[in-house]
Amino acid sequence: MGNITLKNVSKSFGSTTIIPNIDLSIEDGEFVVFVGPSGCGKSTLLRLIAGLEDTSGGIISIDGRDVTGEAPAKRKLAMVFQSYALYPHMTVAKNIAFPLKMAGEDQATIDKKVKDAARILNLTNYLERRPGQLSGGQRQRVAIGRAIVRQPSAFLFDEPLSNLDAALRGTMRLEISELHHQLKTTMVYVTHDQVEAMTMADKIVVLNAGNIEQVGSPMELYKTPKNLFVAGFIGSPKMNMIEGAPAEKYGAKTIGIRPEHVNISTTAGDWKATVGVAEHLGSDTFLHVQTDGIGTINVRADGEVAVKHGDTVYLTPDKSKLHRFGADGKALAQ
Amino acid sequence: MARAVTTQHKTIATAAAWIVALLIFFPILYTIITSFKSEQEAIQGFNLIPSGTFESYSEVQAQSGYFKFFFNSVLLSVGSTILALLVAIPAAWSMAFSPSKRTKDILMWMLSTKMMPAVAVLFPIYLIFRDTGLLDSRIGLMIMLMLINLPIVVWMLYTYFREIPGEILEAARMDGASLWNEIIYVLTPMAVPGIASTMLLNIILAWNEAFWTIRLTTTNAAPLTAFISSFSSPQGLFWAKLSAASTLAIAPILIMGWFSQKQLVRGLTFGAVK
Repeated sequence: MGNITLKNVSKSFGSTTIIPNIDLSIEDGEFVVFVGPSGCGKSTLLRLIAGLEDTSGGIISIDGRDVTGEAPAKRKLAMVFQSYALYPHMTVAKNIAFPLKMAGEDQATIDKKVKDAARILNLTNYLERRPGQLSGGQRQRVAIGRAIVRQPSAFLFDEPLSNLDAALRGTMRLEISELHHQLKTTMVYVTHDQVEAMTMADKIVVLNAGNIEQVGSPMELYKTPKNLFVAGFIGSPKMNMIEGAPAEKYGAKTIGIRPEHVNISTTAGDWKATVGVAEHLGSDTFLHVQTDGIGTINVRADGEVAVKHGDTVYLTPDKSKLHRFGADGKALAQ
Repeated sequence: MARAVTTQHKTIATAAAWIVALLIFFPILYTIITSFKSEQEAIQGFNLIPSGTFESYSEVQAQSGYFKFFFNSVLLSVGSTILALLVAIPAAWSMAFSPSKRTKDILMWMLSTKMMPAVAVLFPIYLIFRDTGLLDSRIGLMIMLMLINLPIVVWMLYTYFREIPGEILEAARMDGASLWNEIIYVLTPMAVPGIASTMLLNIILAWNEAFWTIRLTTTNAAPLTAFISSFSSPQGLFWAKLSAASTLAIAPILIMGWFSQKQLVRGLTFGAVK
């Protein structure tokens, strides 16, 4: 089991409040991603769940048990750190075996569990090496191995892929998702990368300045962001935000349209624009266009669009995909 | 722009370094040379070529029994170092990984005690030692040496521990390690180079300590510092014997220091440059 519940949880460092007041429920087996900009409190929230930081108020429960005052080891959670946090003086086998040794397991059980974890994570040939002799990806796999041998009720990941290069990050992302399907254990994952959040999560928690802006599945957040912050944070490239007369036309203070929901034509459309930078990727074309009376709009078109810098184009937003926001930044009913 | 270092500059700098090094080392060198002279040669004035006699060494050993003092020096320096590490490792751990607002002040206060003249507390400490029966006892002196070097040991270990990423200790906590397991299985092995250089420096400091070792001992617990001093007062004119005694006292620590100099330099400059 791995239900985690946070009730009125807050955290302050001296007079600085990092997390004002949070309520959150994580169901057993869910892959939950905390996402938000740097300094939004997502890592602090994870550390509160882990027990590495004391709460300033509120209750944290795991499987219905109040663990707010409990030591990290007693919460039956495992954590994978951004810096891997491997023990540099121990071999891979000893690193993975460490939590089992601390739990007082017998040597035969330890050996079996270490071998099983190594097999799952393709580390069998590296068991006698030290962390310093491994690549970044292998080190992260050892950190994951150390976490899975404990058979925790939930895994906590604190930006585990941030130190890896782009290619390896993609591979490890798949591996962690695959691992979640295999183990079916609750995973709480912190990242500032919304692509990681969108591709891995069952449920995304968007945080801003210590507050939860929205909780939902990736598609819920993409399709129906509750406010300007979520609308701007989720989606790549970012949603275009338009204010003034074009927004007022739709009865809103601000309208938002995603780059992939703007149709482009060289003959006719709602907004006349001039192409600035055109990025031709083959599968997509990204255009940064200067629109009369609106400003810069980003457009994402499928396949190749044969336009270049300085060309005149016409843009038409897909009205059914338009997001409307009021003066308070909250989404208006469609 | 990088500074241009010419060969001429290098030669001058090297020569200057050698001259300074030799000037600093000269008193030790002259002591060693004098120890191989006869008493007559020794008082004749400045002379760098000894006759090469071992006469002073055999007389010193016959007269005072070098090995008893040597054994005490080893016991006191190693023993006080082990005691200091047992106290300092947990202290440095808490200061490095669980600091409070006052940690820096406590560290400064600890170091400031080293600035106090030892003679200022000679009287009370002598009385405490006398009343508790610790005068001329190895254990008493071991505790005394441990206490006087403790601030430096804590400071050095604190500097080392601060270099260890806190996430590794947090990982150990998540893995179920108790505080002691965290110190024994994770922190200490990772800090071995730091602990080793702290140990070496503390052994040297304890070995060379002369104020308390001379004043709190007579015969039973007297180390090599007392051995040298026994040759300096009533028989002050016997320069060759005094030199032989001094050479015998400094030789072990000089040899140890020579072999461990790399470790020592690393220890003393650790944390200075990231």
